[in-house]
Amino acid sequence: MIPAQRSIGELLTAAGTSNALELRGVTRTFGALAALSDVTLTVKPGERRGVLGSNGAGKTTLFNCVTGDVMPTSGTIRLFGEDVTYFPPHERIRRGLRRTYQISLLFNGLSVLDNVYLACRGVSRGRFSLIRPRRSDALMQSAFELIEAVHLGAQAGTMVAELSYGQQRQLEIALALAGAPRFVLFDEPAAGLSPTERSELVEILTNLPRHIGFIIIEHDMDVALRVAESVSMMHNGRIFKEGLPSEIESDPEVQELYLGGGHG
Amino acid sequence: MALAERPGPSALSIGALGRSGPGWLERIPTSYWVVGVVLLCMPVVANDFILYQILGWTFILGMIALSLMFLGGYGGMVSLAQMSIAALAGYMVAILGSSGVQTISLNWPWWLYIPVAIFIAAVFATMIGALAVRTTGIYTIMITLAIAAAFFYFTRQNYTIFNGYSGFANVVPPELLGVNWRTPIPFYYLALFWAVVSYLAVVYVARSPFGLALQGIRDNPRRMSALGFNVFLHRVAAYTFASVIAAIAGILLVWQNAQISPGTAGLPAVIDILVIAIVGGIKRPIGPFIGALIYVLLRTFSPDVLQVFGLPDDRFKLLIGVGFLAIVYWSPDGVLGLWDRWRARRSRTRDPMASTGGPS
Repeated sequence: MIPAQRSIGELLTAAGTSNALELRGVTRTFGALAALSDVTLTVKPGERRGVLGSNGAGKTTLFNCVTGDVMPTSGTIRLFGEDVTYFPPHERIRRGLRRTYQISLLFNGLSVLDNVYLACRGVSRGRFSLIRPRRSDALMQSAFELIEAVHLGAQAGTMVAELSYGQQRQLEIALALAGAPRFVLFDEPAAGLSPTERSELVEILTNLPRHIGFIIIEHDMDVALRVAESVSMMHNGRIFKEGLPSEIESDPEVQELYLGGGHG
Repeated sequence: MALAERPGPSALSIGALGRSGPGWLERIPTSYWVVGVVLLCMPVVANDFILYQILGWTFILGMIALSLMFLGGYGGMVSLAQMSIAALAGYMVAILGSSGVQTISLNWPWWLYIPVAIFIAAVFATMIGALAVRTTGIYTIMITLAIAAAFFYFTRQNYTIFNGYSGFANVVPPELLGVNWRTPIPFYYLALFWAVVSYLAVVYVARSPFGLALQGIRDNPRRMSALGFNVFLHRVAAYTFASVIAAIAGILLVWQNAQISPGTAGLPAVIDILVIAIVGGIKRPIGPFIGALIYVLLRTFSPDVLQVFGLPDDRFKLLIGVGFLAIVYWSPDGVLGLWDRWRARRSRTRDPMASTGGPS
């Protein structure tokens, strides 16, 4: 069969005038449980979106569908105009998507530098290279810069297993910012951090270059409402409200469902 | 004595970072020099039996176990098919080169049959890898064991290519540079050379992007995928890399014995490789060679020991088994683990402030 010719409109959207992330009717069921049902979500390039919702609302499943860790049962996912619904995770990452995990997923047997270096290598060529990197290599330099950016400069040679919890969370963020990220999913980056570490986190997130959009799942309203420009509320696998942080905060339905639930 | 590996608090772990420091020659630990000089001078003190049967065999088994260590220690994939891969390379040397079975052997020149044998073994290993990496943990062990068993029965029953039960005899190395490489001293140096090359290759590649990514996949495959790595391809490539080491060892093995038969890769031999790697320790590349030396010594001298105690000398496997149990019981991470703990205890008792680091 001859592949369908793409229209000029489609070519234009693929060239970057499209949405960063576009979910249409995404549903994911685990047995009888619908973790996500008919989620439609659009995020523009550079936009910073907060996703709020109680435990079990489907926030992390939403992230898992976007990164390809789980496939949606139905619906489509477009990343910068490209349909990535059935792409394996690494193909989506190579297209500029990044994510952090709620529970740090790091390489405990490797040093901080090795961890960040791997993240930089993963989105560039030479993943199978048998030649050892030198300190002067461009990728090694960017790994050092990233480590500095998340305030781990003094720990570059430390094994990950020896880092404190807060430092592991910072490393988690460094891994997600390697290469040239275009869109990042932050899954509860502030969980378990001290107040000082939280303000450092807010500083890192607000100082990201403007072209990098992100979605942040966060229980800490202080963090979420300070870094997000718009907020989507999730409940029982559905997005039931979207709006500005100020609107969401004052919405009575939201207050009853979420803020009143002991999280505020 | 210097440490082979000591990640100090300030030491960055990616190898070449010390470029600005002392030259690479000075950074080689003293223990390496000592072992190197001892191995090079061994023919002066050791007799032919020690050189050929003990050390030559140790290097060969060590290399095959090293290929398992690379997959298991760095990749988290325990493959029982490494002996079969080595044996396939050995068979290819007998089939493509010359042997006592004139009807099958093709009599190719050495510069052709050696690379082709390694290539065929690598293709075989890549196919095994493509199958095995779909599983993890105990299932990987099961599937590679099944492949090893299939290889054994196939070579025993196939007479057109593998000459069935009797296999191939009279498989000798080419007389390069006018040297008979089957005489003890040349063979010792030949096996030593390839063992050192394989060891250094694994040490070096472990810190390359390929090796680092493999260790990342061992620790956390899901995260590696979320960093842009194709986990499946990477694991398969690890099988291919490891197979080259196993294949070289397989060629040396067929030359050492001058013969190859199905028993070379029979199930006992397959399991012995796992025993060697576990006894030595699969955390670092030196472990398999330590394990191989222990195995070869036990295997060679246990009949004598048994006779001393008035037991039948054909029960040598009993001694190997007991030795294996003892090591695994007291040190699940092998001799290397014992060694590491002993060092740690010694440095603690000698200097309570040792944690601040100092010249080794």
